[in-house]
Amino acid sequence: MSAAPLLEVRNLRVEFPTRRGVLTPVDDVSFTVERGEILGFVGESGAGKSMTGAAIIGLIDPPGRIAGGEVVFDGTVIGKDAAALRGKHIGMVFQDPLTSLNPLKRIGDQLAETIRLHLDVGAAEARKRAARSLEEVGLDPGRLDAYPHEFSGGMRQRVVIALALAAEPELVIADEPTTALDVSIQAQVLGVLKRICAERGASVILVTHDMGVIAETTDRVAVLYAGRLAEIGPTADVISNPRHPYAQGLIASTPTVEDAAQDGELYQIPGSMPRLDAIPPGCAFHPRCAHAMERCRRERPPMLEGRAACWLLAEEGA
Amino acid sequence: MSIVEARGLTRRFDLSDPWVVRMLTFRKKRILTAVDDVSFSIEKGTTYALVGESGSGKSTIARMAVGLLAPSAGTITIDGTNLNDPALDPATRTALRRRIQMVFQSPYASLNPRWRVGAILAEPLHAFGLAAGRETARVAELLEQVGLSETDARRFPHEFSGGQRQRISIARALASEPDFIICDEPTSALDVSVQAQVLNLLKRLQRELGLTYLFITHDLAVVATMARRIGVLQHGKLVEEQDTIALFAAPRDPYTKMLLDAAPRLHPASATGR
Amino acid sequence: MKRFLQSDFLYDFSRSPVTIVSFAVVVVMVLSAVLAGVIAPTDPFDPAGLDLMNGFTPPMTPNEFTGETFWLGTDDQGRDLFSAILYGLRVSLFVGASAVLLAMTLGVSLGLLAGYAGGWVDTIIMRIADIQVTFPSILIAMLIFGVTRGILPPAQRDELAIAVLIVSIGLSEWVQFARTVRGATMVEKEKEYVAAARLIGLGPGQIMRRHILPNVLGPVLVIATITLALAIIAEATLSFLGVGAPPTEPSLGTLINIGQDYLFSGEWWILLFPAATLLMLALSVNLLGDWLRDTLNPRLK
Repeated sequence: MSAAPLLEVRNLRVEFPTRRGVLTPVDDVSFTVERGEILGFVGESGAGKSMTGAAIIGLIDPPGRIAGGEVVFDGTVIGKDAAALRGKHIGMVFQDPLTSLNPLKRIGDQLAETIRLHLDVGAAEARKRAARSLEEVGLDPGRLDAYPHEFSGGMRQRVVIALALAAEPELVIADEPTTALDVSIQAQVLGVLKRICAERGASVILVTHDMGVIAETTDRVAVLYAGRLAEIGPTADVISNPRHPYAQGLIASTPTVEDAAQDGELYQIPGSMPRLDAIPPGCAFHPRCAHAMERCRRERPPMLEGRAACWLLAEEGA
Repeated sequence: MSIVEARGLTRRFDLSDPWVVRMLTFRKKRILTAVDDVSFSIEKGTTYALVGESGSGKSTIARMAVGLLAPSAGTITIDGTNLNDPALDPATRTALRRRIQMVFQSPYASLNPRWRVGAILAEPLHAFGLAAGRETARVAELLEQVGLSETDARRFPHEFSGGQRQRISIARALASEPDFIICDEPTSALDVSVQAQVLNLLKRLQRELGLTYLFITHDLAVVATMARRIGVLQHGKLVEEQDTIALFAAPRDPYTKMLLDAAPRLHPASATGR
Repeated sequence: MKRFLQSDFLYDFSRSPVTIVSFAVVVVMVLSAVLAGVIAPTDPFDPAGLDLMNGFTPPMTPNEFTGETFWLGTDDQGRDLFSAILYGLRVSLFVGASAVLLAMTLGVSLGLLAGYAGGWVDTIIMRIADIQVTFPSILIAMLIFGVTRGILPPAQRDELAIAVLIVSIGLSEWVQFARTVRGATMVEKEKEYVAAARLIGLGPGQIMRRHILPNVLGPVLVIATITLALAIIAEATLSFLGVGAPPTEPSLGTLINIGQDYLFSGEWWILLFPAATLLMLALSVNLLGDWLRDTLNPRLK
């Protein structure tokens, strides 16, 4: 309808009050998701990538809360009513397929139920659509009457994808959808996700810790560190020319099958991700950064050139 | 010269119901062959990687290689001594055990949460009668060897990050001054940047101490820069074994090819055959 | 110490008024039981100090013959009820705590053994446990009590009554400990730190004692607290039925037994005060146990 992005997140902030102070797992994160694109969220544990995904659809467990910022979906600001969008407009795929499937119900019934909940169709039509959606994810539509436990891990994750896509949502948030799967099955599941979204024109937010998965699957990538956006940009650009030292380190330390001939050491970033109750002042990455300057210790860098939150970019520009 | 030799290693598990239930339901015994006639040998001072997906039998081989599990058939020998020889006298068995150690997958479950790090590292010293009278100094030495500090001996495992815990686990393995260490997915629970730290540490220790590694993993990329030789396991069978560079350049078995193709790459365009 | 003061444990405690009150009640009762000899105005176990004329004195009212006044009144023998309750509390708490200690030692050892060894050792231990729990534990306690009394020579029966009571209750409550510890042991023994201990050649005994035991004790503490309430009630029940503490050393149950004879003849206090004490004690210990369970095991909330 318009060129406006499907999803726009501005200055999102999530807080968890604890008795030792307020933790901020997501701190001032802004990004957009265009129609039909796959945006990757990559980061290590504690980076806030899953929390950001959960915040968009209002799935933050209390006492956590969204403390600031705006989420605009399809031109409308969503707040407390985020739950209403779940399923119908925003589908979800989680790491463990078993948490999304009811073990006591046939998968066909689960699919049909989701379809009828969100779309105005009759029982027979819903069942037809359920069969079609199984076919779409590469499963035998004849297995509509099977129970979740009758499928292998990879097939179950495809059922979950079918379930997430059943109501034809505009956006799918997939949180580590292949982490529990073997590599061979991971490739299939990612392929299914990519193909269906391309066919339907749906957008995807893919949350993962695996740079390789990002490289193979996404159009654009957001690198998160300590709850903050470190770098965002087109995937190929970010991987071949990362601007933020953390993104550089993350990419350089990822071992790949392309390295086989080398016998050197892997690049390593010293130290580890700070705990949420001990995020350094200024740039959160400065204690681990080889290029840290005085300014990095004092001032938190803003997103520069729409690409990376790093003072080095300001230096280069000057 | 090879230090570790596995010959026809086989392990079967009996998954049948109890006898009474079988009699009542007329079901047959169910036997799972987790490891089926696997042979390999590891050169002294090098890393041999066993790569496989879930259910490939790689962890079962790891447990047999350290003597936690007895093979149903076949042998595994260290410097010519059969680990599972029932005729082995206790002194030889203890001496052999000292030379083989293991680094485990989970940084959380592999350290006793109720013990201080110093006690965890001192336990193998007591068990093998090493460094008698200077345990504290030896524990400090071990901690420094893996990039931690002497004062960490007084802390509990939960006070450390995953990567640090894995370093403690490595220090414990080093305590008995072994020649052969089995690394069972030592980095699969770690973040990428920390994984690189641990892999580099393992490499450095190998160089400095002349260690031999058997590296168990599901991830070909992790061993691309670690291993001299790689064996690929599928359903308990060794389907391919080659030197690392040759295996990545020209995999012979279709399963290995599929694994290589499926492994995510940072520069997908450069992947061959796509 | 500093770590304890800042712990979530203490924080949770300070946030739960019910728990604080329960804890206070238990502390006061334990202290009064221990210091009974100092606090109590009379020694209720000393028959020479009793004046039958003082029998059935109502609380806070002067006796019509002797003119003596008792806070909580007296029983049929003229025993000061307040003193009797303090001493009775001592017997109840001592029997309860000792029985729990016995049940815990037995249950933890057997559970550890069953869980670690598995196979037929596990089968035998757990089948015995299964059979035992099909009977109410008070019945088991009565059975053991009766059998043991039967074996003992009559002269020693009263002397050893308390010990026999402890053994009977202890043996009737070990199953819960064994089951919990067995389950926890089966989880712990699969963990890699146990494999690491086996790798350096530690034997099963050392692994169970040094490695597994400290890691399965958490839930044991909770069960011990809840079992303490059960044991105190079991003791009171046995004594009430006249098969527990001897009348010369009355426990709370014995006092309630005496009191129920006079409830309908108007001497309500003989029943009410010991019963209220027992109720408060058992309830407080139970509430403490519930809180401990919730705090140490957030998943069970």
